[in-house]
Amino acid sequence: MMPDRPFWRSGVTLAIVAAFCTSLVALTWQLTADRIEENRKEWLERSLQPALAGLFFDSPVTESMITVPPPHELPGSDAAIIYRVYAGETPVAALFVVSARDGYAGPIRLLIGIALDGEVTGIRVLEHKETPGLGDKIDTSKSDWVLQFDGHSLRNPEPAKWAIKGDGGQFDQLTGASVTPRAVIRAIKQTLTYFDANQVAVFAEPPKLDEAQESD
Amino acid sequence: MSIGILERFKIGLWRDNPGLVQLLGLCPLLAVTATFVNGLGLGIATLAVLMASNALVSATRRWIQPEIRVPIYVLIIASLVTCIELVFKAWFPDLDRSLGIFIPLIVTNCAIVARAEIFASRNPVGTSIIDGLVMGSGFALLLLTIGAFRELLGQGTLFSRIDMLFGGEPVRGLVLAENGWLLLVLPPGAFFSLALAIAAKNLIDMRRKESSAATPRRARILNR
Repeated sequence: MMPDRPFWRSGVTLAIVAAFCTSLVALTWQLTADRIEENRKEWLERSLQPALAGLFFDSPVTESMITVPPPHELPGSDAAIIYRVYAGETPVAALFVVSARDGYAGPIRLLIGIALDGEVTGIRVLEHKETPGLGDKIDTSKSDWVLQFDGHSLRNPEPAKWAIKGDGGQFDQLTGASVTPRAVIRAIKQTLTYFDANQVAVFAEPPKLDEAQESD
Repeated sequence: MSIGILERFKIGLWRDNPGLVQLLGLCPLLAVTATFVNGLGLGIATLAVLMASNALVSATRRWIQPEIRVPIYVLIIASLVTCIELVFKAWFPDLDRSLGIFIPLIVTNCAIVARAEIFASRNPVGTSIIDGLVMGSGFALLLLTIGAFRELLGQGTLFSRIDMLFGGEPVRGLVLAENGWLLLVLPPGAFFSLALAIAAKNLIDMRRKESSAATPRRARILNR
């Protein structure tokens, strides 16, 4: 069946509708872009706070980010992110965002806060696909399991004791899941070891303090 | 053919419910209904897109040549979904993170194209908006019912994280039990819950048919 209208008319109609729809999206983007960026920053800053329990720091953590491209000594094969935490210009702690690759269902994205003396200041699971009801207890919204590492370091307990009790270590396991806690503990231990060996390098690049103040 | 608004609501919410009877848009329905808030959030988003797309399709129906109507529906729906996604990111960021990919995936909800093709392209703007409202409400109502059911039995709570919609501090909602029946939160639970909902609707319709002469419409796969 041949349409009784010339073909170009369809093209023109499509072009007009496309132009209209594009402007609609562009307008919405204009109206929401600032809020979305604000939300993103606020969420990031907020999501980093739990890993910094009991520390004094006075600049937005998100301003002092560095990325460590692979290959690196940290857990995971993707780029690791490190947020440096300062009080004034003195380094206080570092936050690592790393992936434990050997989770039960894909990588587990972890946020690990470590003070300068090597003590864990807080750990949160950022992303995981572990089994609901079993492995997902690593998430603080399901259980307090991940809080047991707070205040521990490679001296307390000794490195060999960084394992679940079933493997002769010091830390609690999760009922019904052994792969998940093993993966998390291994990643924490590896990050602690990395920070121990590379502290100078981590803080080598100065934070963007000036930029942060200007933007206030 | 003119039908009263009340009658339209009966059709959209019950007789021709997009999820229960037409079995359209099952992918998001099964995927996000682990909690009440997720169901409600996606329900509202779908409702908004459906009303807006029905309005736009109906308003432009006289200028759209039939041979290019499908790409035009796709353009309109995709743009509206993008706008809704931006609005969610700006005003309900937590809910947006919780629903994740299922907000952009509203584009693929066949209930929306179906209403554009079956209804909005043949009816005036006002009626089309009402059609979007009733069909969207029917879908949203099913989403939040299944969400509430799965959350209650699977997790032992109700309205957890309601702050994602209304702001405030994160809340656990009504905690009725510390643990639930895990199966219901997992994907199979979504299928079981939907099956129960469809069975319940058919049962009620059958009871009604026995007491009156009205002919109910049961769930079936539309294949036209």
